[in-house]
Amino acid sequence: MKAHVYVSLKKTVLDPQGETIRAALQGLGFKAVQAVRQGKHFELQLNSQISEAEAHSQVERIAKEVLTNPVIEEFSYRLEA
Amino acid sequence: MKFGVVVFPGSNCDHDAFYAVQSVLGQEAAFLWHDSTDLAGSDVIILPGGFAYGDYLRTGAIARFSPIMRAIADFAARGGFVMGICNGFQVLLEAGLLPGAMLRNRALRFICRPVYLRVENAHTAFSNACRPGQVLEVPIAHGEGNYFADADTLEEIESAGQVVFRYCCPDGEITNDANPNGSVHNIAGIMNREGNVLGMMPHPERACDPLLGSTDGRFILQSVLNAALDRVSTTAWAVANVNRS
Repeated sequence: MKAHVYVSLKKTVLDPQGETIRAALQGLGFKAVQAVRQGKHFELQLNSQISEAEAHSQVERIAKEVLTNPVIEEFSYRLEA
Repeated sequence: MKFGVVVFPGSNCDHDAFYAVQSVLGQEAAFLWHDSTDLAGSDVIILPGGFAYGDYLRTGAIARFSPIMRAIADFAARGGFVMGICNGFQVLLEAGLLPGAMLRNRALRFICRPVYLRVENAHTAFSNACRPGQVLEVPIAHGEGNYFADADTLEEIESAGQVVFRYCCPDGEITNDANPNGSVHNIAGIMNREGNVLGMMPHPERACDPLLGSTDGRFILQSVLNAALDRVSTTAWAVANVNRS
Protein backbone atom coordinates (compact mmCIF):
# COMPACT_ATOMS: atom_id res chain seq x y z
CA MET A 1 0.00 0.00 0.00
CA LYS A 2 1.15 3.52 -0.69
CA ALA A 3 0.18 6.71 1.09
CA HIS A 4 0.34 10.11 -0.58
CA VAL A 5 0.54 13.00 1.85
CA TYR A 6 0.10 16.58 0.62
CA VAL A 7 1.32 19.41 2.84
CA SER A 8 0.67 23.09 2.19
CA LEU A 9 0.78 26.35 4.06
CA LYS A 10 -2.48 27.30 5.77
CA LYS A 11 -4.63 29.75 3.85
CA THR A 12 -3.99 32.33 6.58
CA VAL A 13 -0.21 32.14 6.10
CA LEU A 14 1.47 34.18 3.37
CA ASP A 15 3.24 31.95 0.84
CA PRO A 16 6.05 34.05 -0.69
CA GLN A 17 7.16 31.21 -2.99
CA GLY A 18 3.66 30.68 -4.36
CA GLU A 19 3.33 34.43 -4.83
CA THR A 20 6.61 34.58 -6.77
CA ILE A 21 5.51 31.71 -9.02
CA ARG A 22 2.16 33.43 -9.62
CA ALA A 23 3.91 36.63 -10.65
CA ALA A 24 6.19 34.68 -13.02
CA LEU A 25 3.20 32.89 -14.58
CA GLN A 26 1.47 36.24 -15.11
CA GLY A 27 4.63 37.50 -16.78
CA LEU A 28 4.62 34.48 -19.09
CA GLY A 29 1.11 35.35 -20.20
CA PHE A 30 -0.88 32.82 -18.16
CA LYS A 31 -3.38 35.50 -17.26
CA ALA A 32 -5.94 33.00 -15.96
CA VAL A 33 -3.79 32.07 -12.95
CA GLN A 34 -5.06 34.09 -10.02
CA ALA A 35 -3.20 32.48 -7.14
CA VAL A 36 -0.54 29.81 -6.55
CA ARG A 37 0.05 27.93 -3.31
CA GLN A 38 3.21 25.84 -3.12
CA GLY A 39 3.32 22.63 -1.08
CA LYS A 40 5.05 19.29 -0.60
CA HIS A 41 4.10 15.78 -1.65
CA PHE A 42 5.32 12.72 0.27
CA GLU A 43 4.98 9.11 -0.89
CA LEU A 44 5.11 6.54 1.91
CA GLN A 45 5.48 2.91 0.85
CA LEU A 46 3.78 0.74 3.50
CA ASN A 47 4.33 -2.99 3.91
CA SER A 48 1.58 -5.40 2.88
CA GLN A 49 0.83 -6.61 6.42
CA ILE A 50 -0.76 -3.37 7.49
CA SER A 51 -4.58 -3.16 7.42
CA GLU A 52 -6.30 -0.22 5.80
CA ALA A 53 -7.65 1.03 9.14
CA GLU A 54 -4.19 0.83 10.71
CA ALA A 55 -2.69 2.58 7.66
CA HIS A 56 -5.15 5.45 8.06
CA SER A 57 -4.33 5.89 11.72
CA GLN A 58 -0.56 5.68 11.23
CA VAL A 59 -0.42 7.98 8.20
CA GLU A 60 -2.55 10.53 9.99
CA ARG A 61 -0.22 10.48 12.99
CA ILE A 62 2.87 10.74 10.78
CA ALA A 63 1.38 13.67 8.87
CA LYS A 64 0.30 15.44 12.03
CA GLU A 65 3.36 14.88 14.19
CA VAL A 66 6.22 14.87 11.71
CA LEU A 67 5.42 15.95 8.16
CA THR A 68 3.62 19.18 9.06
CA ASN A 69 4.19 22.02 11.46
CA PRO A 70 0.63 22.69 12.64
CA VAL A 71 1.41 26.35 13.34
CA ILE A 72 1.75 27.13 9.64
CA GLU A 73 0.82 24.03 7.64
CA GLU A 74 -2.09 21.71 6.92
CA PHE A 75 -2.25 18.35 5.15
CA SER A 76 -4.43 15.94 3.26
CA TYR A 77 -3.65 12.37 2.24
CA ARG A 78 -4.91 9.41 0.27
CA LEU A 79 -4.09 5.71 0.35
CA GLU A 80 -3.41 3.77 -2.83
CA ALA A 81 -3.81 -0.03 -2.89
CA MET B 1 29.37 28.57 34.98
CA LYS B 2 29.21 25.77 32.46
CA PHE B 3 27.69 26.30 29.01
CA GLY B 4 26.71 23.24 26.96
CA VAL B 5 26.84 23.80 23.21
CA VAL B 6 24.74 21.26 21.32
CA VAL B 7 26.23 19.75 18.15
CA PHE B 8 23.79 18.39 15.58
CA PRO B 9 24.98 16.95 12.28
CA GLY B 10 25.02 20.17 10.25
CA SER B 11 25.59 22.63 13.10
CA ASN B 12 28.17 25.18 11.96
CA CYS B 13 28.17 27.91 14.61
CA ASP B 14 28.98 25.51 17.45
CA HIS B 15 32.66 26.47 17.51
CA ASP B 16 31.83 30.18 17.40
CA ALA B 17 29.53 29.74 20.40
CA PHE B 18 32.18 27.68 22.21
CA TYR B 19 34.78 30.39 21.53
CA ALA B 20 32.45 33.15 22.72
CA VAL B 21 31.73 31.32 25.99
CA GLN B 22 35.31 30.30 26.71
CA SER B 23 37.38 33.17 25.39
CA VAL B 24 35.00 36.12 25.67
CA LEU B 25 32.91 35.25 28.75
CA GLY B 26 35.75 33.29 30.35
CA GLN B 27 33.43 30.44 31.29
CA GLU B 28 33.60 26.68 30.87
CA ALA B 29 32.17 25.34 27.59
CA ALA B 30 31.41 21.78 26.53
CA PHE B 31 30.14 20.30 23.28
CA LEU B 32 27.03 18.12 23.69
CA TRP B 33 26.46 15.54 20.97
CA HIS B 34 22.88 15.31 19.66
CA ASP B 35 22.77 11.54 20.12
CA SER B 36 23.35 11.72 23.87
CA THR B 37 20.95 12.65 26.66
CA ASP B 38 23.76 13.84 28.94
CA LEU B 39 23.86 17.60 29.48
CA ALA B 40 27.19 17.25 31.35
CA GLY B 41 26.02 19.35 34.28
CA SER B 42 25.57 22.48 32.14
CA ASP B 43 24.04 25.61 33.70
CA VAL B 44 23.13 27.07 30.31
CA ILE B 45 22.40 25.26 27.04
CA ILE B 46 23.14 26.90 23.68
CA LEU B 47 21.53 25.52 20.52
CA PRO B 48 23.83 26.99 17.87
CA GLY B 49 23.27 28.07 14.30
CA GLY B 50 23.72 25.89 11.25
CA PHE B 51 21.65 23.49 9.22
CA ALA B 52 20.83 20.61 11.58
CA TYR B 53 20.11 17.48 9.54
CA GLY B 54 20.49 19.58 6.40
CA ASP B 55 17.26 21.44 7.28
CA TYR B 56 15.49 18.50 5.61
CA LEU B 57 11.68 18.45 5.86
CA ARG B 58 11.62 21.84 7.64
CA THR B 59 14.30 23.77 9.50
CA GLY B 60 14.75 22.13 12.89
CA ALA B 61 12.11 19.48 12.18
CA ILE B 62 14.37 16.43 12.42
CA ALA B 63 16.70 17.85 15.08
CA ARG B 64 13.70 18.21 17.34
CA PHE B 65 13.45 14.40 17.63
CA SER B 66 17.09 13.81 18.60
CA PRO B 67 17.79 12.32 22.07
CA ILE B 68 19.46 15.48 23.40
CA MET B 69 16.25 17.45 22.79
CA ARG B 70 14.33 15.26 25.25
CA ALA B 71 16.94 16.06 27.90
CA ILE B 72 16.81 19.77 26.98
CA ALA B 73 13.00 19.81 27.23
CA ASP B 74 13.28 18.35 30.76
CA PHE B 75 16.05 20.83 31.63
CA ALA B 76 13.89 23.73 30.38
CA ALA B 77 10.84 22.44 32.27
CA ARG B 78 12.92 22.56 35.47
CA GLY B 79 13.76 26.20 34.72
CA GLY B 80 17.19 25.69 33.09
CA PHE B 81 18.41 28.46 30.77
CA VAL B 82 18.25 27.55 27.08
CA MET B 83 19.32 29.84 24.28
CA GLY B 84 18.61 29.00 20.63
CA ILE B 85 20.48 31.05 18.04
CA CYS B 86 19.34 31.05 14.39
CA ASN B 87 18.93 27.34 13.55
CA GLY B 88 18.74 26.76 17.32
CA PHE B 89 15.73 29.11 17.43
CA GLN B 90 14.13 27.12 14.62
CA VAL B 91 14.69 23.87 16.57
CA LEU B 92 13.07 25.37 19.70
CA LEU B 93 10.03 26.42 17.65
CA GLU B 94 9.68 22.96 16.12
CA ALA B 95 10.07 21.39 19.56
CA GLY B 96 7.25 23.57 20.88
CA LEU B 97 9.51 25.12 23.53
CA LEU B 98 8.74 28.51 22.00
CA PRO B 99 5.52 29.68 20.29
CA GLY B 100 5.25 30.34 16.53
CA ALA B 101 7.05 29.09 13.43
CA MET B 102 9.52 30.21 10.76
CA LEU B 103 8.72 30.92 7.13
CA ARG B 104 11.03 31.61 4.21
CA ASN B 105 12.38 35.17 4.18
CA ARG B 106 9.86 37.37 2.40
CA ALA B 107 12.34 38.17 -0.40
CA LEU B 108 13.18 34.43 -0.68
CA ARG B 109 16.89 35.16 -0.36
CA PHE B 110 19.44 34.01 2.19
CA ILE B 111 20.51 37.16 4.04
CA CYS B 112 23.92 37.53 5.70
CA ARG B 113 24.62 41.00 7.06
CA PRO B 114 24.67 43.07 10.25
CA VAL B 115 21.29 44.32 11.47
CA TYR B 116 20.16 46.52 14.34
CA LEU B 117 18.11 45.17 17.22
CA ARG B 118 16.20 47.13 19.82
CA VAL B 119 16.04 45.68 23.32
CA GLU B 120 12.30 45.54 23.99
CA ASN B 121 12.47 44.00 27.43
CA ALA B 122 15.63 44.49 29.50
CA HIS B 123 14.28 42.59 32.50
CA THR B 124 15.01 39.12 31.19
CA ALA B 125 17.65 36.47 31.70
CA PHE B 126 18.90 37.27 28.19
CA SER B 127 18.95 41.08 28.21
CA ASN B 128 19.61 42.21 31.81
CA ALA B 129 23.00 43.68 30.82
CA CYS B 130 21.28 45.96 28.28
CA ARG B 131 19.49 49.26 28.75
CA PRO B 132 15.78 49.28 27.86
CA GLY B 133 15.56 50.39 24.24
CA GLN B 134 19.29 49.92 23.65
CA VAL B 135 20.18 49.34 20.00
CA LEU B 136 22.57 46.44 19.32
CA GLU B 137 24.39 45.70 16.08
CA VAL B 138 24.43 41.94 15.52
CA PRO B 139 24.65 39.96 12.26
CA ILE B 140 21.98 37.68 10.81
CA ALA B 141 22.61 34.79 8.40
CA HIS B 142 19.50 32.88 7.42
CA GLY B 143 17.09 31.93 4.66
CA GLU B 144 14.17 31.14 6.95
CA GLY B 145 13.94 33.77 9.64
CA ASN B 146 10.53 35.17 8.83
CA TYR B 147 8.92 34.71 12.22
CA PHE B 148 5.23 33.91 12.16
CA ALA B 149 2.64 33.49 14.88
CA ASP B 150 -1.14 33.71 14.63
CA ALA B 151 -2.94 36.80 15.94
CA ASP B 152 -3.84 35.27 19.33
CA THR B 153 -0.31 34.03 20.00
CA LEU B 154 1.13 37.40 18.96
CA GLU B 155 -1.11 39.25 21.35
CA GLU B 156 -0.17 36.84 24.12
CA ILE B 157 3.59 37.15 23.67
CA GLU B 158 3.44 40.92 23.17
CA SER B 159 1.38 41.54 26.30
CA ALA B 160 3.50 39.18 28.40
CA GLY B 161 6.72 40.98 27.40
CA GLN B 162 8.07 37.89 25.68
CA VAL B 163 9.37 39.85 22.69
CA VAL B 164 12.97 40.54 23.72
CA PHE B 165 14.51 41.90 20.49
CA ARG B 166 13.02 43.63 17.45
CA TYR B 167 14.67 44.60 14.14
CA CYS B 168 15.07 48.37 14.00
CA CYS B 169 16.84 51.28 12.28
CA PRO B 170 20.23 52.42 13.67
CA ASP B 171 18.37 55.03 15.75
CA GLY B 172 16.03 52.42 17.22
CA GLU B 173 12.97 53.19 15.15
CA ILE B 174 10.90 50.12 14.22
CA THR B 175 10.12 50.34 10.51
CA ASN B 176 9.22 47.96 7.73
CA ASP B 177 12.49 48.83 5.93
CA ALA B 178 14.47 47.74 9.00
CA ASN B 179 12.79 44.34 8.90
CA PRO B 180 15.17 42.10 6.91
CA ASN B 181 12.97 39.03 6.51
CA GLY B 182 9.31 39.92 6.97
CA SER B 183 8.95 38.77 10.59
CA VAL B 184 5.63 39.77 12.18
CA HIS B 185 6.02 42.87 14.38
CA ASN B 186 9.74 42.97 13.39
CA ILE B 187 10.35 40.18 15.90
CA ALA B 188 14.00 39.05 16.09
CA GLY B 189 13.97 37.23 19.42
CA ILE B 190 11.39 35.89 21.86
CA MET B 191 11.37 34.00 25.12
CA ASN B 192 8.91 31.58 26.66
CA ARG B 193 6.37 32.72 29.23
CA GLU B 194 8.54 31.45 32.10
CA GLY B 195 11.49 33.49 30.80
CA ASN B 196 14.14 30.75 30.78
CA VAL B 197 14.12 29.83 27.07
CA LEU B 198 15.15 32.34 24.38
CA GLY B 199 15.20 32.06 20.61
CA MET B 200 16.80 34.69 18.39
CA MET B 201 17.72 34.75 14.70
CA PRO B 202 20.69 37.18 14.97
CA HIS B 203 24.06 35.77 16.05
CA PRO B 204 25.40 37.34 19.28
CA GLU B 205 28.36 34.92 19.21
CA ARG B 206 29.47 36.49 15.93
CA ALA B 207 29.53 39.94 17.50
CA CYS B 208 31.76 39.38 20.53
CA ASP B 209 35.20 40.29 19.33
CA PRO B 210 36.37 43.69 18.00
CA LEU B 211 37.89 41.80 15.06
CA LEU B 212 34.37 40.88 13.96
CA GLY B 213 33.17 44.47 13.70
CA SER B 214 30.84 44.59 16.70
CA THR B 215 31.00 43.52 20.33
CA ASP B 216 27.30 44.12 21.04
CA GLY B 217 26.64 40.39 21.22
CA ARG B 218 28.50 40.39 24.53
CA PHE B 219 25.57 42.18 26.19
CA ILE B 220 23.36 39.19 25.43
CA LEU B 221 25.83 36.51 26.50
CA GLN B 222 26.77 38.48 29.61
CA SER B 223 23.06 38.70 30.48
CA VAL B 224 22.55 34.95 30.51
CA LEU B 225 25.75 34.54 32.51
CA ASN B 226 24.44 37.10 35.03
CA ALA B 227 21.16 35.19 35.26
CA ALA B 228 22.91 31.86 35.80
CA LEU B 229 25.24 33.34 38.46
CA ASP B 230 22.34 35.05 40.14
CA ARG B 231 20.43 31.80 40.33
CA VAL B 232 23.39 29.98 41.90
CA SER B 233 23.85 32.68 44.55
CA THR B 234 20.10 32.81 45.25
CA THR B 235 20.03 29.03 45.59
CA ALA B 236 23.12 29.04 47.83
CA TRP B 237 21.52 31.76 49.96
CA ALA B 238 18.27 29.76 50.23
CA VAL B 239 20.14 26.58 51.13
CA ALA B 240 22.22 28.45 53.73
CA ASN B 241 19.03 29.89 55.23
CA VAL B 242 17.35 26.50 55.35
CA ASN B 243 20.42 25.04 57.06
CA ARG B 244 20.43 27.89 59.57
CA SER B 245 16.79 27.53 60.53
